[in-house]
Amino acid sequence: MGAYLIQRTLLMIPTFLGITLIGFLIMRLAPGDPAELRAAGGLGAAAGGGISVEKRGSVDEAVAQWRAQYGLDKPLHTQYFVWLKNLFTLSFGDSFKDNQSVWNKILERLPVTVKLNLWSIFVVYLVAIPLGIYSATHPNSVGDQITTLAAFVLFAVPLVWAATMAIVFICGGDFYYLFPPGGLESLDFSEDWPLLKKMRDHAWHLFLPVVLLSYDGFAGMSRYMRASMLEVLGQDYVQVARAKGLSEKIVIMKHVLRNSLIPQVTILASILPGVIGGSVIIETIFSIPGLGQLGFESVLARDYPTVLALFTVSAVLTLIGILISDILLAAVDPRIAFGRRQQ
Amino acid sequence: MSAMPSNTAALPSMDNARASANGEAAEGLWSDVWKRFKRNPIALAGFYVVCLLAFMALFADFLANDKPYYLEYRGKTYFPIIRSYIVDVKLGRWPAELLNAEFKKLEGAKSVFPPIAYRPSNINLLEPLEPPSAKHWFGTDKLGRDIVAGMIHGSRISLSIGFVAVGIAVMIGVVLGAIAGYFGSWVDMVVSRLFEVMLSIPTFFLLITIAALLPPSIFLTMGIIGLTSWVGIARFTRNEFLKIRNLDYVTSAIALGVSNRKVMFKHILPNALAPVIVSVVLGIAGAILVESSLSFLGIGVPAELVTWGSILHEASSTTFAWWLAVFPGFAIFITVLAYYLVGEGLREVLDPRLRGLR
Repeated sequence: MGAYLIQRTLLMIPTFLGITLIGFLIMRLAPGDPAELRAAGGLGAAAGGGISVEKRGSVDEAVAQWRAQYGLDKPLHTQYFVWLKNLFTLSFGDSFKDNQSVWNKILERLPVTVKLNLWSIFVVYLVAIPLGIYSATHPNSVGDQITTLAAFVLFAVPLVWAATMAIVFICGGDFYYLFPPGGLESLDFSEDWPLLKKMRDHAWHLFLPVVLLSYDGFAGMSRYMRASMLEVLGQDYVQVARAKGLSEKIVIMKHVLRNSLIPQVTILASILPGVIGGSVIIETIFSIPGLGQLGFESVLARDYPTVLALFTVSAVLTLIGILISDILLAAVDPRIAFGRRQQ
Repeated sequence: MSAMPSNTAALPSMDNARASANGEAAEGLWSDVWKRFKRNPIALAGFYVVCLLAFMALFADFLANDKPYYLEYRGKTYFPIIRSYIVDVKLGRWPAELLNAEFKKLEGAKSVFPPIAYRPSNINLLEPLEPPSAKHWFGTDKLGRDIVAGMIHGSRISLSIGFVAVGIAVMIGVVLGAIAGYFGSWVDMVVSRLFEVMLSIPTFFLLITIAALLPPSIFLTMGIIGLTSWVGIARFTRNEFLKIRNLDYVTSAIALGVSNRKVMFKHILPNALAPVIVSVVLGIAGAILVESSLSFLGIGVPAELVTWGSILHEASSTTFAWWLAVFPGFAIFITVLAYYLVGEGLREVLDPRLRGLR
């Protein structure tokens, strides 16, 4: 198993380099110079052109200095290698926007996004697995068709619409004040509150973002569950279990369910790449200080180091997710041998 | 296997199977596909909605316009909407008395206006944020622009971005997938690595990044969405090519000395197309969703253009104006649902593994 792990990890290196290279090139080749932008930000409208020639000269000087400070004056490939070298010491450099360490900024925001997404994955499994079980044990019944259609329709509901409707109708109070308009805790939140009150406040704030992040996952997951369960149900050993006189409940819960859960494990890996991207909309709408919001703000401010760091973090998360789901798959299913992964 | 009532009892007739195996008479295959697709009422409903949307986008100028279809003015008759097309392609000019005229205020004119007598560019600061009424069916936004007109013309942007973006994705995806699947060995290794990179990359974040860095433009948005969404199509194509490449007819074509390019695109591609088509239809829905998300975030499409997403964007800041949230969002939802239904219907008809199973 050790050898397998090493092999898998080595294969991820080119993928990882590819992702960072794409991110790097996009940031560097896009029009718009962060140094100019920063100069413009610092000097107000002065850099825009309504400025005398000699003053313009000193602006240029400042821009050049600043470029040199961040290594933006070097050729592209040198910049990339410097960036890679720094990566080994887990240094993503300083943010162009506020000179804070990018790594600290990310560490600060990571728990929020991870919490949001873990809850959402939990909710997806919590709803979709029972739905899938029901559909598979009552195939082609009216109930099966209705749940399938409902999940399918939910899947087509655009996130931006669902979120806007929530903001308009049930948050903030133009119509119903059921949920807070945003943030992670109430304005008067204090650490002195009793634990139960703190938890309630958290749940109240997290509920809508988590539901909105989850609802479109129900369709896919319940379909997968249904399909894999139907496949297991058709196998001989299930017939044997029934012939032994086991109750249907035990057959389903003990014999069928376990084996049909195996494929669901791998789906975890395909969810991860979307984590930061999917969080952008939700975190922006509900002003939740997570990675998605950080990413969107950094993109708008052309904060190269932060955006690139987010690319890297989410790529690493994804690759780790793939690795973990491979290992889990082999761990749950002894029939899958390490190193002989089916295509 | 899907929401639709199962109806695929019919096997493709033997003649059709033989015809498509010969590679000739592709028409036979497609008329068979249509015949079986038609039997699925839900998918067919989706198809009609798609047609209706296409009609709306195509004839947006005739459905919502501040110019009349027909105008009698000072003893002459005009067809201002048609005339505006002629002027646009520089084949004619406006008559002097109609140049920059406000058609609704012409004295003593007899005119027939479209059902929605506004264009999305008609700003009316006297009627900002009006709730739905007989005059403005879906209300107005904060600049007093009519929402129905904005939605009708916005469908053009949504659909054209959907189609062009997917067109770009298909070209990249099919070519890369074909190369990987056809040549195999190290070529496949390299290209598959590229697929892996694109799959592990946070696509939506990548998209936001590029869209925010580039100047806002419809065409750039189409290109960006296309460039970031080809992986699915490429993988389908690759897998099909891997399978078909080893069939006898391909081997014999190669033995006859047919060029690689011809074998790939003339002999293999037509038979590999079926699963690709499903992902194309679903891809259009995906591109429309992505465009609406980008407009919602205020990037991608220029700010002065009214799109479904940009109306939603306004709704999220003026939360009392419920009409800004309900209608355009519902339009995106219906469009996406319609494409999904057509895609699922096609999958059932085209997927060889499902053929004849039920």
